[in-house]
Amino acid sequence: MSAAIEAHGLVKTFGSDVRALDGVSLSVERGTVLGLLGPNGAGKTTTVRVLTTTLVPDAGSATVNGFDVVREADKVRASIGLAGQYAAVDENLTGRENLRMVGQLFQMSRRDASRIAGELLEHFELTEAADRPSKTYSGGMRRRLDIAAALVHRPPVLFLDEPTTGLDPKSRNAVWSVVEELVADGTTVLLTTQYLEEADRLADRIVVVDRGAVIAEGTSAELKADLGETVLDLGFPDPDTAERAAGLFRGSWPGGVVVDGSLLELSVDSGPSQVMLALRDLESAGIAANRMALREPSLDDVFLSLTGRRAEITEEES
Amino acid sequence: MTASVLPEAAVPMKRSRLRRSFGDAMVVTERNLISYVRIPESLFFSSVQPIMFVLLFRYVFGGAIATPGMNYVDYLMAGIFVQTVMFGSINTSIGLAEDLQKGLIERFRSLPMARSAVLAGRTTSDLLRNIVVIVIITLVGFAVGFRIHTNAIAFLGAVLLMLYFAYAISWGFAYIGLSAPNSEVAQLMAFPILFPLTFASTAFVPSSTMPPWLRAFAEHQPVSLVINSVRALSEGGPTARWVIPALIWCTVLLALFVPLAVWRYRRTA
Ligand SMILES: Nc1ncnc2c1ncn2[C@@H]1O[C@H](COP(=O)(O)OP(=O)(O)O)[C@@H](O)[C@H]1O
Ligand SMILES: [Mg+2]
Repeated sequence: MSAAIEAHGLVKTFGSDVRALDGVSLSVERGTVLGLLGPNGAGKTTTVRVLTTTLVPDAGSATVNGFDVVREADKVRASIGLAGQYAAVDENLTGRENLRMVGQLFQMSRRDASRIAGELLEHFELTEAADRPSKTYSGGMRRRLDIAAALVHRPPVLFLDEPTTGLDPKSRNAVWSVVEELVADGTTVLLTTQYLEEADRLADRIVVVDRGAVIAEGTSAELKADLGETVLDLGFPDPDTAERAAGLFRGSWPGGVVVDGSLLELSVDSGPSQVMLALRDLESAGIAANRMALREPSLDDVFLSLTGRRAEITEEES
Repeated sequence: MTASVLPEAAVPMKRSRLRRSFGDAMVVTERNLISYVRIPESLFFSSVQPIMFVLLFRYVFGGAIATPGMNYVDYLMAGIFVQTVMFGSINTSIGLAEDLQKGLIERFRSLPMARSAVLAGRTTSDLLRNIVVIVIITLVGFAVGFRIHTNAIAFLGAVLLMLYFAYAISWGFAYIGLSAPNSEVAQLMAFPILFPLTFASTAFVPSSTMPPWLRAFAEHQPVSLVINSVRALSEGGPTARWVIPALIWCTVLLALFVPLAVWRYRRTA
């Protein structure tokens, strides 16, 4: 059986100079989650739009559920669910009306659409707010409603474009549980994100995109192999000192060594003893760090090690 | 989330292509009407402007405008009706621009619904909205002395003609709404189009006092033809010479604007 989503060499330009997609290829096996990871402007939304038939590519081809996204667009539409980057709910309609409308547009009878709307609202803990106009909903509720709308017809393939950007941690966890539940149920999911943590938690495979091209691909473990489990950030008074400190480790340190301004970032694989080692080396060289932190590697680190550039990540938006 | 399981999908109805297109358009129409009912301010304030025009022209300017063979208020109302439904059609561009801005069009495009339904639904709901506006303006007209001097059937014909005209204009505004960067601009874009057409017309004053070049325009442009038809159908006088060209204009505009709007909808990225 073919993969649930397959794309080959997708190209899409806007105007004469914006090359949003520059030959994107990817493949998602049935029942798995693909995380499309990339900074702002990488081409994630454009990829999703091509795969969900709302945008026709200039070159390349793609199939979803075996249907061609250009020639068999209607069949693709009938078999996918889409929750776009900005929750597309009609704010003057109640949650129930929004879901019923989508059901009816999937050619369900009004009765069936109403029944399913009720069940979805219950499932997404929106029953209490079901009959209020959705403009009164919080960001998290709106996002849940939007995802519920994508599930009205229980599509075998679901697209989620930055489903948690701008959500508070509690709402983010709620969205994550939904995805996990759907996957347990056999749904194929393509989700885009700017957060490695999210891709890490949800995705079976990760495709990293930058400037419209795939720059890395693999499981989260494979991508992080070079980065180590943890990153040790050491702050110095000035970039020169940071550079001197980096000189101590370059060549001998088992993981990545990156200088960013007056910050030195060391990948740590083997835990506390390795951190101790780094600190001891610094002390014996007489270089004093004024700040220290241990953290998980972020998309930024993956990105920096792949491209040598910093990724531009959108902060909270709603 | 909760313990409840996700609902299974319902079996879709088997319907012919035509029934499907019609059904989808009705679903979208209903959705738009819910918004109109839920935000009555929109309907209220868009009725206030024509009511002020009625009062302004009836009581301030009217006394100074000579309309041979007719009370000024009877002359005026035909102009007010057509102006009002035309401005009512701006809602089509505002609504579509908003849907585009809020990502709703994107959602609709990802659904296996009829491609025509979003535009058909929007123009239909604005047609229904215009019916309500006409009822309001008719009542206001009666209150300030407007009288129908023909009969109810002829007046009904006048109403149908102005709705047909407004419906054609709606499709033109659909094109504008899909081209505008946002709903505020969509609204602003309408004024330079509607203003010359309503004021360089026979809406408020007879064309006989205009300079010849303006008069030539005012007498032959479609808004005047529709207004003259409405006036003849509600107040009397020869009708065919206005109604026939007016109907031709409406049909031509519709035949032009529908494909234009649909083309714009298809290529909106
Ligand atoms: N409709 C459009 N018109 C012009 N440029 C666009 C359009 N959509 C996206 N772009 C550009 O294409 C690039 C990729 O955008 P996008 O796919 O939205 O990135 P992402 O979702 O990863 O943030 C960006 O440079 C963006 O500005
Ligand atoms: Mg995006």
